[in-house]
Amino acid sequence: MNLKSHAFLEKNSIVLLLMIIVVVLIGGIIEIIPLFRQETVIEPVEGMRPYTPLELAGFNIYIREGCYNCHSQQIRPLRDEVARYGHYSLAAESMYDHPFQWGSKRTGPDLARVGGKYSDAWHVAHLTAPRSVVPESIMPTYAFLKHNAAKIEDLDKHLKALRLVGVPYTDDMIANAVNDATIQATGDPSTDASGLLGRYGSKTIARDFDGQANVVSEMDALIAYLQVLGTMVDFKATKEVEAEAMKK
Amino acid sequence: MTDDHKKVEKDEISGVDTTGHEWDGLKELNNPLPRWWVWVFVACCVWAAWYWVVYPAWPTLAGATKGSSGYTQYDELKENQAEIIERQKAYLDKFNESSFEEVMKDPELYSFAVAGGSAAFKDNCATCHGTGAEGSKGFPNLNDDDWLWGGKVGDIYQTISYGIRSGHDEARTSQMPSFGKDAILKKEEIDSVVDYVLGLSEGKSNDKMPGYAIFQSNCAACHGEDAKGGRDFGAPNLTDSIWLYGATKEDITSSVYNAHAGVMPAWQSRLGDSTVRQLAIYVHQLGGGEKDVPKAVVETDPVIVETAPKAE
Repeated sequence: MNLKSHAFLEKNSIVLLLMIIVVVLIGGIIEIIPLFRQETVIEPVEGMRPYTPLELAGFNIYIREGCYNCHSQQIRPLRDEVARYGHYSLAAESMYDHPFQWGSKRTGPDLARVGGKYSDAWHVAHLTAPRSVVPESIMPTYAFLKHNAAKIEDLDKHLKALRLVGVPYTDDMIANAVNDATIQATGDPSTDASGLLGRYGSKTIARDFDGQANVVSEMDALIAYLQVLGTMVDFKATKEVEAEAMKK
Repeated sequence: MTDDHKKVEKDEISGVDTTGHEWDGLKELNNPLPRWWVWVFVACCVWAAWYWVVYPAWPTLAGATKGSSGYTQYDELKENQAEIIERQKAYLDKFNESSFEEVMKDPELYSFAVAGGSAAFKDNCATCHGTGAEGSKGFPNLNDDDWLWGGKVGDIYQTISYGIRSGHDEARTSQMPSFGKDAILKKEEIDSVVDYVLGLSEGKSNDKMPGYAIFQSNCAACHGEDAKGGRDFGAPNLTDSIWLYGATKEDITSSVYNAHAGVMPAWQSRLGDSTVRQLAIYVHQLGGGEKDVPKAVVETDPVIVETAPKAE
């Protein structure tokens, strides 16, 4: 190694600075460029849609309360995990999560496919008093969610912000965000949910999640979010995609 | 630092060459790297190069290199699952082809189903029904012989498959009216019917109570004239001392005022038919499972097992 040239670098700060920039750029390019082609590693699947405004409010509560500290949302392709939690998670299933909630620790169970696994009443009982239904649970109590009104009045701004980072919310969805959240949480048969279902698909669940009619509580929002987790993808279609990929 | 690398000299004490660098009179010994470290480093480099070729490693514009081995975690999972299925095959194939009746007659198949059902129960059902299937308020105890929708293995199978008020097309569905909230009964009427119902399980009620007439005109259609329940509607037996939503007067008043409609999810699509059948057999043998009997008998007497009610 020529020590002399190195001495030249160390004695000329501008040259040193330029060389540092070059090295950082090379590292940066290697890390960043693949992200521009991220779509090539996300399996195309049927059924993924952006969260409804109410589910998004629940997603925000999930983050606020730090649920990710104890619950992962990532079923790894390992036999035991698939046996316990269901089909392994696909990249596409968290493509609209900003930030994603994969988590890194499981003090509680994985929640990637908790949607539809338990009834709303169970979720209310469990969040209100975890040990009333799971005696061995060490989860903290979230009874207050029932008494807090969900912050839905600014949901259109959340949708707008998410659209900037690539979540396909339409103008229609943004304009109706607050109304859609109310309709989804009250589940009153007299309210017309067809607009909501038209925008987010007929599988969208609109009902009174927390057992308190006429109130859009944080409990409503969080349960709406939990009940949709892992339920969007049509796995029959996915199996065909996988079979295709195997042929290649 | 001096740039004169020709200033390399031998250190007198250690006998090692210096690097030629000098910082205000301080010099650095040029000891070679330990051999073991160098070889580990070389081995790592060789391993990395091998890994790049054999395994998926480098991002490309079209995704990533596949690697010569074509390894994916998904394939590995499939192999692992196939291995387990292969191991279970001796029983699984036969189990899948046998009816409930045949499984129950075959001790080997029966214990296979109970073991499989037990594992699936802990993963999926215990969260609501409890690890010992003991249930809790709002979530039925599965050990007793008090069944809302039927306790024969076929009934249990249907309940697990499609759920109760789960939204599935074939789910078991019924809805008790909210007699108070929807102003069907007055407060005093609710009060007297609750007294009557509460008395039933204590053996204190009679036809002369004011609640009796209210019960007959409002409740008997589903719960039966004798209040022993109706399984077509999932209407509980009100004469025993098993109360899903609590046994106090407040609890029962609350149920009459603002009716419950418990939901159980549909498991067929989530777990698959084989696991649901194992679960049905597991739940059936917990303690309260009813024997299958010819259909004609069922129609005349829907409640087959009528033993003394167990305490909560």
